[in-house]
Amino acid sequence: VECCVRTGRAGTMLRRALHFGLASGLLSRRLGTRRGGSTLGKVEGSGGYCVRYWDGKVSEIKKKLQSVLPGGTWDPLYDTSHLPPEHSDVVIVGGGVLGLSVAYWLKRLEKQRGAIRVLVVERDHTYSQASTGLSVGGIRQQFSLPENVQLSLFSVNFLRNINEYLAVVDDPPLDLQFNPSGYLLLASEQDAGMMENNVKMQRQEGAKVCLMSPEQLRNKFPWMNTEGVALASYGLEGEGWFDPWCLLQGLRRKVQSMGVTICYGEVTRFISSSDRMQTPNGEEVILKRIHEVHVKMDNSLEYQPVECAIVINAAGAWSGQVAELAGIGKGLPGTLQGTKLPVEPRKSWRRRELSLPPPPNRSGYGRYVYFWHCPQGPGLEAPLVTDTTGAYFRREGLGSNYLGPVLDIATTLGLNRVRSALRSRYYKPCPHFPPQEEEPDPENLEVDYNFFQDRVWPHLARRVPAFETLEVRRAWAGYYDYNTFDQNGVVGPHPLVVNMYFATGFSGHGLQHSPAVGRAVAEMVLEGHFQTINLSSFLFTRFYLGEKAPEHNII
Amino acid sequence: RFQAQSQYSPPQSLHLVAPVWNGGTRSIRGLSSTATPEGSRKKGRMLLQFLTDCFYDVKALREYLLQKQVSEVQHRNRAATHIKEHYGPDIAGAYFILKQGGAVKFRGKEWLGPHGQGRSSLEFFKFQAVPVEAVDASGCTINYEGLDNLLALKELQSLSLQRCPHVDDWCLSRLYPLAESLQELSLADLPAVSNPGLTQILVEEMLPNCEVLGADWTQGLILGPKEQSQDTARPLPA
Repeated sequence: VECCVRTGRAGTMLRRALHFGLASGLLSRRLGTRRGGSTLGKVEGSGGYCVRYWDGKVSEIKKKLQSVLPGGTWDPLYDTSHLPPEHSDVVIVGGGVLGLSVAYWLKRLEKQRGAIRVLVVERDHTYSQASTGLSVGGIRQQFSLPENVQLSLFSVNFLRNINEYLAVVDDPPLDLQFNPSGYLLLASEQDAGMMENNVKMQRQEGAKVCLMSPEQLRNKFPWMNTEGVALASYGLEGEGWFDPWCLLQGLRRKVQSMGVTICYGEVTRFISSSDRMQTPNGEEVILKRIHEVHVKMDNSLEYQPVECAIVINAAGAWSGQVAELAGIGKGLPGTLQGTKLPVEPRKSWRRRELSLPPPPNRSGYGRYVYFWHCPQGPGLEAPLVTDTTGAYFRREGLGSNYLGPVLDIATTLGLNRVRSALRSRYYKPCPHFPPQEEEPDPENLEVDYNFFQDRVWPHLARRVPAFETLEVRRAWAGYYDYNTFDQNGVVGPHPLVVNMYFATGFSGHGLQHSPAVGRAVAEMVLEGHFQTINLSSFLFTRFYLGEKAPEHNII
Repeated sequence: RFQAQSQYSPPQSLHLVAPVWNGGTRSIRGLSSTATPEGSRKKGRMLLQFLTDCFYDVKALREYLLQKQVSEVQHRNRAATHIKEHYGPDIAGAYFILKQGGAVKFRGKEWLGPHGQGRSSLEFFKFQAVPVEAVDASGCTINYEGLDNLLALKELQSLSLQRCPHVDDWCLSRLYPLAESLQELSLADLPAVSNPGLTQILVEEMLPNCEVLGADWTQGLILGPKEQSQDTARPLPA
């Protein structure tokens, strides 16, 4: 009792604690300490220990009190501050750059401030496997579909004015480190005709691209060997590469300031209800509506059912799994119900020549990015050069370093599997990366350095003779949301699950289209149709109807 | 990560709101603070931040003022298409620069502008087919869209973009149409350019006939131990 008398504040706190029903626990513990105080290690005396014990308790009691007062989150049973909210108007599955972009545009285009509650659910708070962090960060307008060109044009505009779009009061502005060096696509004789048509279409849409002949190439880029090149297209403005992390952090910061909740957990279940409806022809259709999303926390079995009105699937490489949770694809093949979302966590390239057969083993390919050093390499003005074989490289930083990924050389040479292992982004800066062959494991993302030596390097050295002497420093591999149907994105609602919208499947150019796609999905959700860029050819129904929207210029 | 790299002083737009309110709060608190002006500005900023975090109204008002500044800059950079159609790109470009507060020199004529001698600013409308030779846009609020007007000047020989607060890497990358005619370009003291030394090198590559002034290519490099005491250089972003 003497310690309570000494600290009078603790006495009042004790009274209040009694009032809130914590009495029995405290009292019994207090009695316990008086008995066992001297056996608990070094203390100045049982009185001193009591004071320290009470100090800790006082802060706990204060926290409880603050949670009870208005404005706090009070849950008398247990602390729920780590769980997502119980209700949310829109739940976005996937917190990468596409998901955050949709959240941003939803909050920006809403009619009234605070009208829509948005929750973004991201599985991995380190983003170690997300395509955003592992991407090369390039942006270009040299596509073969007009919609893709328009998406890129708007995205470049967004990135250029990023400090106006994503400005948060009192926070420093973003530095995207954009290198406007442009893209240089090289074409052989057979592709030259297609390239000319593409460039004509791109210029019509407003992209600043020019065609170059091999002599002009040699004049402008003396380090290049133009053997086998018939035509090249060079982007003059608005093409280059930037830091994807910066965009991600900027979006995160801005959407949090706009009131979006970001929660780290995994979506494990959708609770939905079905309605039987009839089409005008008399056919019966079952329409589903998702009511709840179960979000499971990391490393625990605890989950929170979030009641929602709209679900947006922006889960990147894992969108197919999320769609399956919602029941998309569960039906007879060939029907609309049986049409799955054909997005897979592919780690390899698309084949440049469409005449090759599809790879027999779907999983276990590697899309590697190699980082090498070459002191005599192309200078600072070198654009991102895409070879006729599909391999490409670009300058990274200022120390004669380059990076470049591999085309699907595995398929062209008949290899069935390429070994890969997990290389998390946090370990990438480690300088002593062991270039050894490890056990083949399709779940991991390891890189095969011998593969680089045998398959990639000859193509690079042929195109840029300076690359004959290079030293590979690092490498990493990444997933991306590969759309096996036509390698273009899926945007818009599902015809049967009426409140699930897609924003995924961009197969390698999701990052550069993310601002524009976010806006398109937000328009679809808020208005019901596309307003600025018409992406009707990217709807889900094309998988059922078989209408491909193929993109030929894929890098 | 991005916070470590954005170490240059932020453009004035984001913090311009603070002095507006600082004046107000200082008068509310009276002149009781005996701290230095720097200290009281900092206190004002902290108070502002506290208010913004606590009250939605303050936050909304500050965001509105910020957006207003941004749209003001955009408004000043809008394209004067009607002038371009009637009088041609040279006169439209000259009109744009003069409206922004810069100075223009036509071939064979004198400098027109605030410090030049051209009093009546509409005299140049009568110049038919006289190209613009030199433009001094120091300190103007010209941005990426506004550069459209300058890029149409096909015979421009000298351009000065010193101290323009909104000219950044994107704007500089857009200067390639002037590669044939431009001989002198001044890029001194551009706050929005992230790495002046690197941009000097890249701009020199882009404009081979041009002499780029104002930025030293060693600016921004890590100095050796001898020179470290002299300059405040930022490390190069890798």
